[in-house]
Amino acid sequence: MIPIGWYLILSAILFLIGVLGFLIKRNIIALLLSVEIMLNAVNLTFVAFSSKHGRISGQIFVFFVLVVAAAEAAVGLALVIAMFRNRESLNVDRSNLLKW
Amino acid sequence: MIQILFFFFAALAVGAAINVLVQKHVMYSALSLILMLTAVSVLFILLKADFLAVIQVIVYAGAIMVLFVFVIMLLNLPEDEDGADRLRWLKFVGIPLGLFFLVLVVTTLWNVEGSAGTQQQIVGSPAAIGQSLFTDFLLPFEVTSLLILIALMGAVVFAKKDL
Repeated sequence: MIPIGWYLILSAILFLIGVLGFLIKRNIIALLLSVEIMLNAVNLTFVAFSSKHGRISGQIFVFFVLVVAAAEAAVGLALVIAMFRNRESLNVDRSNLLKW
Repeated sequence: MIQILFFFFAALAVGAAINVLVQKHVMYSALSLILMLTAVSVLFILLKADFLAVIQVIVYAGAIMVLFVFVIMLLNLPEDEDGADRLRWLKFVGIPLGLFFLVLVVTTLWNVEGSAGTQQQIVGSPAAIGQSLFTDFLLPFEVTSLLILIALMGAVVFAKKDL
């Protein structure tokens, strides 16, 4: 049997990678992909704790996170299409009209 | 045997996640993310969450990532990643802060009080998930449908021609 702590360390590492990607990437689609990595890291934590505590609620929560991820991807990609249509670029540094 | 599986797929997940970041073109990042999602679904199976593993492959890798790949191909993106020079000096601050963040998360998760009571092994079968979803979590489930409806309308409005 694998100790639950290993899963937690793995999910922490995955979450860190997601945060790093969100901070260093400039392409807005890459930012959305990093958000997906973070959501998956949290899902892994939920399932690990669900397995540890012997309760199924954690897995239900993963189900809801999945739904939110699907909604986020749909709305986010619609925004990406609108952004690309308006300024021919997906670089988030170029979208700075609201910056002072 | 199970340890070997765990380490193999954990390494695969971490490697694929890092590959998402280092790829220049976002198309390769998306394909690498599909690999990571599949590796995580194998970890779900190791945790006896069978239904979630299946859902992970069908919904995440099958629907969400197809949407991503579809949009990337539709937009026909140039391969640009400018603005990296701007962040050069931030590397020396960012890497220690990132490692600090990792240590913080690991110690927090490590020190969580375990409820040492029930230690029976649960199996996340579709029957168990459905039973819990339609009794204890019925209201959140219904609210979820509202969320999907709003996301649907939002996506249609945002993707309209004259925004």
